[in-house]
Amino acid sequence: MQRRSDREMEPPANAEPDHEGGSSRRQFIRRLASISAGLTVAAPLARGVVVTEESLPKSPPPDPADLNGLTQINLKINGSTERLAVDARVTLLDAIRDRLELTGTKKGCDRGACGACTVHVDGKRVLSCLTLAVMVQGKEITTIEGLAKGEELHPVQAAFIECDGFQCGYCTPGQIMSAVACINESRTGSDGEIREYMSGNLCRCGAYPNIVDAIKVAAAKMKGGVN
Amino acid sequence: MRPFVYESLSSSQQAASRCGPGSAFIAGGTTIIDLMKLEVMTPSRLVDVNALPMSGIEMREDGLRIGALEKMSAVAIHPEVIAHYPVISEALLKSASGQIRNMASIGGNLLQRTRCGYFRDVNTPCNKREPGSGCSAIDGENRMHAILGTSPSCIATHTSDLAVALVALDTSIRIQNGTEERLMKLDDFYLAPGYTPDRENQLRPGDLITEIRVPKLPWAKRSAYLKIRDRDSYEFALTSAAVALDIDGDKIRDVRIAVGGVGTKPWNLPKVSQALIGKSLKQEALVEAAKLAVEGAHPSKHNGFKVDLVQRTIVRALMNLGGLA
Repeated sequence: MQRRSDREMEPPANAEPDHEGGSSRRQFIRRLASISAGLTVAAPLARGVVVTEESLPKSPPPDPADLNGLTQINLKINGSTERLAVDARVTLLDAIRDRLELTGTKKGCDRGACGACTVHVDGKRVLSCLTLAVMVQGKEITTIEGLAKGEELHPVQAAFIECDGFQCGYCTPGQIMSAVACINESRTGSDGEIREYMSGNLCRCGAYPNIVDAIKVAAAKMKGGVN
Repeated sequence: MRPFVYESLSSSQQAASRCGPGSAFIAGGTTIIDLMKLEVMTPSRLVDVNALPMSGIEMREDGLRIGALEKMSAVAIHPEVIAHYPVISEALLKSASGQIRNMASIGGNLLQRTRCGYFRDVNTPCNKREPGSGCSAIDGENRMHAILGTSPSCIATHTSDLAVALVALDTSIRIQNGTEERLMKLDDFYLAPGYTPDRENQLRPGDLITEIRVPKLPWAKRSAYLKIRDRDSYEFALTSAAVALDIDGDKIRDVRIAVGGVGTKPWNLPKVSQALIGKSLKQEALVEAAKLAVEGAHPSKHNGFKVDLVQRTIVRALMNLGGLA
């Protein structure tokens, strides 16, 4: 087994996350994953090949005749239909993140306790970690990636930025999806009501006061017919 | 999660034939998916009942009918439910979170499993999960556990708020098994643990809850659900009380009381109700009657506070409802 130097495992010092040509955190994590895989299959890495997202092999489309016990499903996500072959155990959360690579939706507790995985199914907020992918075929699924209209942020997204409704940001996609639903459910009559109807979304940084502010700002804009 | 075969049903009569040993029904999935991830439940076949015609919320001559597949959120905000049985709406809105209420079905809510940490941890003995293995809670961490209906085998609390409200209202459920149907009082449906805590209710293999029927009770429009908990929202009850009150001046004409967070099943209190009928609605009378609620209570090391707290919960709920608090 060949041990790689720490320097090779780190992104370049000048890397700016999420910029074109730079090294995103996700690419970095993929590199780490491929490096740890390389500890058992070290050949490509020994030649100094840097595995990027683009060079990773895409899984080939499954042959319907050879599903190995998998189920072919169609998921309608953010307006487009995606065809997938999944084991019945795959949750909507894992299908969204790992198969469709829509990684905005976060995995927190994976047990229905934290709300980080909140998405909308047919316009209602639900927990994707407790939803089986095979059970939401034909339903309209919206993730955080489906909220903005092109470059124009959804009013709730804009309000979270305006009010500084986050610190580390991990719970934020779930908070925003839940907040959109909370406003649509007309549960923004008071700070207390917002807190009650947002209680399914935990924020370990404790950004709650700013989240409440953001929801009030967004609710006012949305009622004013902005979106 | 262990592998399983997934199947969706299109007729409720099929349900019985498809539900053999090792199979389980799934509706909202908020309990079973969680427990399958923990490998507390390991069905080899999961039978999806969501396509079955078990929906609808309607007020009829004889009371309220709710299809078992209706979501908690839909029932909670239904105008007829709010108008005629506010205790049902309140119990639901004080349960879980907005997301879970959008997912969980009413029928499934009644079948949710206990939150006892030992039941959820497959590495510890638990008679409910693995009959005969022993109870870890009796000498363990038992602050959240039951004080009523306990046995030397199990002290796990029943956690449904809705069930507490429905038991107070003398609700029945309709159960289908193939072409057979039966109606059962919800209070009789639940079983105290005894020496078989793995058996929590009267369901037989292939049984499917299709409908909830709440009898007509015009004075239940004066009803409420008081839930006491460690944090104000998204938390299970330490104690709770579902109450409905019929008063004539300050005289109690009729009253319904059931409590949650303290029982191994939703705990109906007909004796407390009987003791209050005909009495004046005064704090002293309420305090006196509430003592009957904890007859036979069996607190454990960490939950002795519930003996007092549940009485106070009953008194406060009735005082709120009667305009005394």
